[in-house]
Amino acid sequence: MGVNQPLDRALEREGFVTTTVKSMLGLLEKVINLGRKNAVWPYIFGTACCSIELMATMSSRYDLARFGAEVVRFSPRQADLLIVGGRVTLKMMPVLQRIWQQMPEPKWCISMGACASCGGVFDTYTMIQGVDKFVPVDIYIPGCPPRPENVVDALMMLQKKIEASKVLT
Amino acid sequence: MSGQGTQPGAERETREERRARELAAEKQVLAALERRFPGGAIEGSREICHKIWIDVSREALLDVLWYLRDDPDLLFKRFVDLTCVDYLKFPGHEGPRFGLLYNLYSLTRDAYARLKVWLDEDDLRVPTASEVYPAANWAEREVYDLYGVQFDGHPDLRRILMPDDYTGHPLRKDYPLRGRGERDSFPVLTRERS
Repeated sequence: MGVNQPLDRALEREGFVTTTVKSMLGLLEKVINLGRKNAVWPYIFGTACCSIELMATMSSRYDLARFGAEVVRFSPRQADLLIVGGRVTLKMMPVLQRIWQQMPEPKWCISMGACASCGGVFDTYTMIQGVDKFVPVDIYIPGCPPRPENVVDALMMLQKKIEASKVLT
Repeated sequence: MSGQGTQPGAERETREERRARELAAEKQVLAALERRFPGGAIEGSREICHKIWIDVSREALLDVLWYLRDDPDLLFKRFVDLTCVDYLKFPGHEGPRFGLLYNLYSLTRDAYARLKVWLDEDDLRVPTASEVYPAANWAEREVYDLYGVQFDGHPDLRRILMPDDYTGHPLRKDYPLRGRGERDSFPVLTRERS
């Protein structure tokens, strides 16, 4: 969120930052965060059974649409949230990194399941032992695979994080 | 459904009957091979778990494969699998370190042929079977990738499973299970830098 830092500083330099301006900025920030947290568009990097569980989360029984995250994007350029569900191998890691770099700001990442978070039971030469070694991760979901409720919980935690993020102030 | 290879309406064969029939068919194949290649081409054979394994010398491998495929009595048209075994520190094993396994199937005879080619560690070369069986192309690439066996005359001998810049052959028994640090060798993307 590098764009917003100079605005704040520029206003301060010009002597514009009064209490009124500050409270208005705070109000604007609340509106922006409200929009962001209720329209998280996920990109699903599904490589194993976790992505099957993710499909269940998306469908009508658990209905991720209630949280505004139903628009699954199949291009990282249109997504806000990267969900890594499954094992990431040596050959897949450059792909994952490129996808992360292709996503526009602001962006978040959920590491879903044991394999994505720490390699799971696959402690071998070809498995990345946790994607957070090479890609920044916001929320981890434990489980093998996690239940849809866990995914919903992680999304709600992410929403709280987005709500509290400092965009303007 | 009647069992495979039985006439419609006939009694379904039991497991033991099928096993005996398959073993007899494999023994016929072995006899045919020994008749056709009387020299040192067929190095030996073993019966393990009611299956016949035939040791074939490396020099005669292609001749044997062509014969098995095209002989009108045999017609092993289907290439089932090619894989490799590393016998390093295998209990009770003496001799060459690598064993190359060819599995073939004959649809007309309903029989399998299991060929084994022994390879020494310092001379890991074998002629390619991809001209006899096009299906062997990727299987040979896999064996090359994971064991380092060179297939002479292969049209496109590249790695197939591991990344192109990978070094080493990870399915060998002396390769460390957790690798040699390849899995930790990626650039770290932080939130500031991406």
